[in-house]
Amino acid sequence: MARDRKTDTVTGVETTGHEWDGIRELDNPLPRWWLWVFYASILWAVVYWILMPAWPGITGYTKGLLGYSNRGAFAEKVEAARAAQSVYLDRIRDASVSEINSDPELLEFSLAGGRSAFAVNCSQCHGSGAQGGPGYPNLNDDNWLWGGDVDAIYQTIRFGVRSDHPDTRQNIMPAFLDDGILDRSQVNDVATYVQSLSGSEEPADAVERGGQVFAEQCVACHQEDAKGSHDLGAPNLTDAIWLYGGTRADIVNSITHGRSGVMPAWAPRLESETVKQLAVYVHSLGGGE
Amino acid sequence: MESPDAAASGALGDVVERSEVEPVNKKEWRSLYQKREKIHPKRAEGTFRRIKWIVMAVTLAIYYLAPWLRWDRGPDAPDQAILIDMPARKFYFFFIEIWPQEFYYVTGLLILAALSLFLITSVAGRVWCGYTCPQTVWTDLFIAVERMIEGDRNARIKLDRAPFSMSKLRKRAEKHAIWLLIALCTGGAWVFYFADAPTLAGELLRFDAPAIAYITIGILTGTTYLLGGFAREQVCTYMCPWPRIQSAMIDEDSLIVTYHADRGEPRGAHKKGESWEGRGHCVDCNQCVAVCPMGIDIRDGMQLECISCALCIDACDGVMDKVGLPRGLIAYDTITNMERRAEGKKPIGHILRPRTILYASLIAVIGSVMLYLLATRSDLELNVLRDRNPLFVTLSDGSIRNGYTVKILNMAHETRTFGLTVEGLENPTYTVVGAEDVSALTVGPDSVGSFRIFVAVPQGTIHHGSKDVEFVITDKATGDEVENETSFKGPRR
Ligand code: SF4
Ligand code: SF4
Repeated sequence: MARDRKTDTVTGVETTGHEWDGIRELDNPLPRWWLWVFYASILWAVVYWILMPAWPGITGYTKGLLGYSNRGAFAEKVEAARAAQSVYLDRIRDASVSEINSDPELLEFSLAGGRSAFAVNCSQCHGSGAQGGPGYPNLNDDNWLWGGDVDAIYQTIRFGVRSDHPDTRQNIMPAFLDDGILDRSQVNDVATYVQSLSGSEEPADAVERGGQVFAEQCVACHQEDAKGSHDLGAPNLTDAIWLYGGTRADIVNSITHGRSGVMPAWAPRLESETVKQLAVYVHSLGGGE
Repeated sequence: MESPDAAASGALGDVVERSEVEPVNKKEWRSLYQKREKIHPKRAEGTFRRIKWIVMAVTLAIYYLAPWLRWDRGPDAPDQAILIDMPARKFYFFFIEIWPQEFYYVTGLLILAALSLFLITSVAGRVWCGYTCPQTVWTDLFIAVERMIEGDRNARIKLDRAPFSMSKLRKRAEKHAIWLLIALCTGGAWVFYFADAPTLAGELLRFDAPAIAYITIGILTGTTYLLGGFAREQVCTYMCPWPRIQSAMIDEDSLIVTYHADRGEPRGAHKKGESWEGRGHCVDCNQCVAVCPMGIDIRDGMQLECISCALCIDACDGVMDKVGLPRGLIAYDTITNMERRAEGKKPIGHILRPRTILYASLIAVIGSVMLYLLATRSDLELNVLRDRNPLFVTLSDGSIRNGYTVKILNMAHETRTFGLTVEGLENPTYTVVGAEDVSALTVGPDSVGSFRIFVAVPQGTIHHGSKDVEFVITDKATGDEVENETSFKGPRR
């Protein structure tokens, strides 16, 4: 078909010889500017092959004279970002958490850093909004097991709770029924007593019996007023916040089987400035003391 | 195709100079595949040329000098009258100051500019192209420089053809040096709109301005030099979309530059003293072609290339004066009136038409809305973002707490202190991160104050999970109030 070249009568231009339903294509020369751009592109491609990584081989690829790689460029960017942050990170490394908390500049930087570190490391248990869930404390509220000032929070994050770190925070909520410390009726009575602490109307005799058991078994940790202790990590039983749920069944469950949630120690896993930023961030969530 | 005009001159007995010139861009040999034929526009003189000089002086002066104008806005704000502050995302224009969230002003300005262009085009054709378009203005300036150094049309054609010589080299070097200088100033002026001009000028000279400034100047110097010195009419003909849009804007009642063929034809050379009986007024001197910067012959009718610069009107008016005929063989005219004239009717007005009235009233409406908005623009804004995660927090005494991020936009040039209250809640208590107390939120001049505010209400005061509330901030000094509505979430019971 390509043999069938004709000269178009209207324009006087030769056709390419292709024909579609009687329509023929004129074989006009390429516009000059187009041709130059085309040559320039070819030249560009050759230069590009020489300078940049281009041709795949069996075991590798041509690296190019400039030695560029996306991976390398990314590493450089990360390096540059780290260098830019180091102004603050160096100061954070040398400062105490309370110093960071009272320095507006470091505080702002730490809140941003803490937020992203929280999302990566903490949100799996505590939730992305730090709202917690059954067994995982809500970090937004004003209730703290191990203390809510920034130093106490820092200590908890560093060493964890019942973790494998030697300095871990440690306490035991025994399994009173499972371990035979109390019998079932005593467990029920204590549960009744604990419920009454939050202002719920309960039968007076059960409350009294429960109170006695409480005084014998529980005050060591939860204290006589049942308001708990930060030093011992014992929860306040008189407030509206329940780590494992506040229904009667939940309370009976806790007394029967005990509770021993674990929080890992972060000091061995994260850099000290990250842990500090986390402490400052958690403290800022609204309940910090 | 072109030969020095002197060769053909004199045929008319010296009354009218005659150019042996073929229009470069003639329909018959217009082709995409052709090498560009250089155009050597001849110098024109007359009314429109004078107007063009004035427009050039004014527009260039505005462009080069505007960034240096000062406008006092107080100690904490820039004192540059026109400033586009990219890092702070603010735009200053004399008394107007636009923050990013007020970008609709800029949109409004662009709409106004577009409508004005439509109006002017439908009344008077390609005025923008012919007089004020930067491409036209700078090309005109570059041609003026060329003419100053290399002489007018004939001298330039001769120089182009002349073999290499020292004087040719000198002239060429001078021309390109001045072009580059103009281009450099053009690129240089641009960056001053984006930073404090005196400071940046100092930095530029000491070579410690930001790299982007040098890059921008470099690019604009290059484009100005290329577009003004070399590409010239090709920008209008091939690169610019505006000529295509123009055709939609222009109708039979718009002014276009046009040759009155009814009066001019049949054309032909004319000797002094000869009768004008039985022939047209065009003496076929080709002056209109010689002056045309677009390289066209207006006598071929309305053409895409014609930018309506009216230089051919000036040229032909000069010729008509010399041969003692009335001016206006080439003139601004409308198609309607040309037809009417051909039919022997009187020309009619072309300005008041439904189309122009519509454009004008749209401009008036949008303009007054914008003026109203600008006049009543508040220098204070309040944004409240409610925490969504967690929705609410139960505190140990059973009260419910919501967290909000409150942003106060203080667009005044002084520090202001605000008190905040939340309306619609029973006994709310507040804690704030970033300030001592909600009754004293301090925001610096021209900046956004961001505060974390926790609002708590006693147990049992939130029913059905949500309550509509209103944040109100009050300027401690002036008593100005701004509100923002949001909601307060609680347990569903
Ligand atoms: S034809 Fe006349 S108005 Fe049009 S571009 Fe040429 S000189 Fe200007
Ligand atoms: S239109 Fe005017 S300028 Fe053009 S050739 Fe005729 S007389 Fe000369």
